[in-house]
Amino acid sequence: MYTQGLDQRAPEGAAKAADDAAALVAFQARIDAEEKIEPNDWMPQGYRRTLVRQISQHAHSEIVGMLPEGNWITRAPSLRRKMILLAKVQDEGGHGLYLYSAAETLGVPRAEMVEQLLAGKAKYSSIFNYPTLTWADIGAIGWLVDGAAIMNQVPLCRCSYGPYARAMIRICREESFHQRQGYELMLKLAQGTSGQKRMAQDALNRWWWPSLMMFGPSDKESIHSSQNMAWKIKRVSNDDLRQKFIDVTVPQGHFLGLTFPDPELRLDEASGHWLHGPIDWTEFNRILAGDGPCNRERMAARRKAHADGAWVREAAAAHAAKRANRQRAKAAE
Amino acid sequence: MPDTAHFEFLLRLGDSCLVLGHRLSEWCGHAPELEEDIALANVALDLTGQADMLLAEAARFEGKGRDADALAFLRDAGDFRNLLICERPNGDFAHTIMRQFLFDAWQVELYGALAASSDKALAGIAGKAVKEAEYHLRHSGEWVVRLGDGTPESHSRAQDALDLLWPYTGEMFEADETVAALVAARIAPDPAALQSAWTRTVDDVLAEATLAKPPSGWMQTGGLTGRHSEALGHMLAVMQVLPRSHPGAKW
Ligand SMILES: [Fe+2]
Ligand SMILES: [Fe+2]
Repeated sequence: MYTQGLDQRAPEGAAKAADDAAALVAFQARIDAEEKIEPNDWMPQGYRRTLVRQISQHAHSEIVGMLPEGNWITRAPSLRRKMILLAKVQDEGGHGLYLYSAAETLGVPRAEMVEQLLAGKAKYSSIFNYPTLTWADIGAIGWLVDGAAIMNQVPLCRCSYGPYARAMIRICREESFHQRQGYELMLKLAQGTSGQKRMAQDALNRWWWPSLMMFGPSDKESIHSSQNMAWKIKRVSNDDLRQKFIDVTVPQGHFLGLTFPDPELRLDEASGHWLHGPIDWTEFNRILAGDGPCNRERMAARRKAHADGAWVREAAAAHAAKRANRQRAKAAE
Repeated sequence: MPDTAHFEFLLRLGDSCLVLGHRLSEWCGHAPELEEDIALANVALDLTGQADMLLAEAARFEGKGRDADALAFLRDAGDFRNLLICERPNGDFAHTIMRQFLFDAWQVELYGALAASSDKALAGIAGKAVKEAEYHLRHSGEWVVRLGDGTPESHSRAQDALDLLWPYTGEMFEADETVAALVAARIAPDPAALQSAWTRTVDDVLAEATLAKPPSGWMQTGGLTGRHSEALGHMLAVMQVLPRSHPGAKW
């Protein structure tokens, strides 16, 4: 998923002035006509920067998101579940790859984006700063986190930037698969032993609110949604997406026989929407600022993998150079 | 052909896939680069899928009402029949890749031969799995070459890995009564025949990788009869924790 950090940044006004006014008008006209913007097309600097930030954050989230789920691969309780989870985590790595490639079309190399992540300068979705404590968390992540991701991402399939929109189409297809598998895992637990039911309820209790936070702050507080809406980078507001997610998810939870950790949750007959209690944005902001349960562990794991892998990447580069030299020498003969 | 030998043979095949797949899955999220995270998870997935099919077949021959999951998650280490090389801890990336290469080169020959097995179900599994094994071998072999003929550091790590793992390769070609019975029934190939093809593959890749093949010496043994290393018990403690702590639960 995981575009939530976007609305947190200060707007970048200065860059815009540099752009030619006529070009801006023409650009906006293309956007308004639902044309796709492609890598070699002219685009405002702010548009480019917003996209690089959003797509790279999204890519980082896919990669960091491999950690909490990877935590249970070696303890998956059946061969089938192990295969499903391996395939899912592999998919998430693949999402990271397509997204880095999409961001690279905007002129930023992947290595640079990765450096920013490792230096703590780039954000990733805060949801992955929560721990996976039981097997049920794997179900809850698929059902709720991938579920929220889909809600966020389906509109991005119509994003004005072509490479991002196309990456999103492929990714959404896989995310919805993950969502169904996660729900099916929860269903098995909900129909299982009392220990399994307890596990399922506990996972929902812990993942519900963080999942709602994945949609980002309320529209009232969101700083520069409107520019992103005009550029068709963002197409539906945070609150609307969140409501849609709640309306879909609450009946699914009830079908499992589970309860939601929100005493104010109720169906509003008039609107047909499920109304929820207040979201604890202080928790959200605290985790965003680095003080979640696992922020430090997640970053330490990424940094360790990168550092431990340095000699391998150097070897691959050295070997490729040797090969190229040999081929050149051969051609010169 | 007694079903017990058949059961035993399928367990050996299935357990090796299961245990090595598990080891590879421990890398997930921690590999040297994103492409390798994906590739190692993919190989782990293939091996786990093979284990699933082979253990299901084993359970059928056993005829005691167990299924593949019961065999994977509810047996103790002494009942596992995997090659010792499969349970070796991951070590560094060179160690993981070398282990994989030595194993893949064996599996390609083995599955290639099993595809013509008189056991039609096994032949079907092997016929499909040999394509996966060939792909795995290409991946691991290319990495052995890159590491061996990369930097001085990668070369020495790859050579260390090869030296450490070499004594675990003899087990791939061991023949005992179980194997003899299966060879006689044309279910399994003669291990000696596999060994010459395996040696050719290994020699070619090691030469390209500028790595020195260790002298043949003492070979470790025991996996096929359930005498494992200390490492397997720890692995199973992790792998089996949920089915063991929730008896009878369905997942
Ligand atoms: Fe994803
Ligand atoms: Fe996903």
